[in-house]
Amino acid sequence: MNATWVRAVVAVASGLCCGAGLVLSGMSDPRNVLRFLDVLGEWEPRLLFVMASAVAVFGLAYVSVARRRAPLFAPVFSLFPRPRIDVPLVAGAAVFGIGWGISGFCPGPSVVALGSGSLGAVVFVLCFLLGSWAVRLIDESALRGVPDVR
Amino acid sequence: MNIETTASFAVPWPELLGGGLIGLGAALLWAFNGRVMGISGIASAATWTERSDAQGDRTWRLSFLAALAFAGWFAARSLPTSGIAPSAGWIGLAISGALVGIGTRLGGGCTSGHGVCGVGRGSTRSIVATATFVAFGILSATSVHAWSGGTP
Repeated sequence: MNATWVRAVVAVASGLCCGAGLVLSGMSDPRNVLRFLDVLGEWEPRLLFVMASAVAVFGLAYVSVARRRAPLFAPVFSLFPRPRIDVPLVAGAAVFGIGWGISGFCPGPSVVALGSGSLGAVVFVLCFLLGSWAVRLIDESALRGVPDVR
Repeated sequence: MNIETTASFAVPWPELLGGGLIGLGAALLWAFNGRVMGISGIASAATWTERSDAQGDRTWRLSFLAALAFAGWFAARSLPTSGIAPSAGWIGLAISGALVGIGTRLGGGCTSGHGVCGVGRGSTRSIVATATFVAFGILSATSVHAWSGGTP
């Protein structure tokens, strides 16, 4: 089995964990997300525990492999952040937040919902891809020689 | 942390366990493949041109997305109560999707890439991004609710 397929197997395990977590935590249901974001409605703060728990587990894993030169199945840890806090970062996050608050879908849960056969998720994901591709078309230079991280 | 289990506060096990599984998924991808589990970026790059696939990463990206969708398929099939009801009208879903696509591409990440992985490794950029999208998410959901008269 070559490296590409070993990495694909890891990605499947990762996707299954993440998907199971989204379902179990209730985050794959956008109505739960809206109940969390709509602070003037019947506010449901429990999604904070999802975030806190996910951050803690990943944080521990990150610290425990921090001294390694490379991951197990790849030559390097791929992280190419733009170094500064700039306008695209904040403006992009704001636009994302506005979109997130309209439907309660963010990318992960929308893919899970797509698998569960939600027609709403089909519409969301198609429009998500169109939006993302549009920015790539306009900002081609961001792609030149820069491996994609997120 | 002192957690008192009372009638008014039950330990939110599904949320804690589910969150832990999301973190574990991110940890696997990072420790074994050296990749950030940023789902907006994975979905965008997996479906874009060859140039976004310069390192031959389409295989793992599509595998990840298929596994994520499989989890949804399996849940809907085995737990009928987990069915996903619409959370917005068609136009709302379309606008929401487009804004999320544009915003995550500009801002370089979403709830998973910035919110879980970035915050988890203490990246200032990701902390700023996460605070921003949560704040605007609250603003947006609360306004839509006030305007339309109800969260579905």
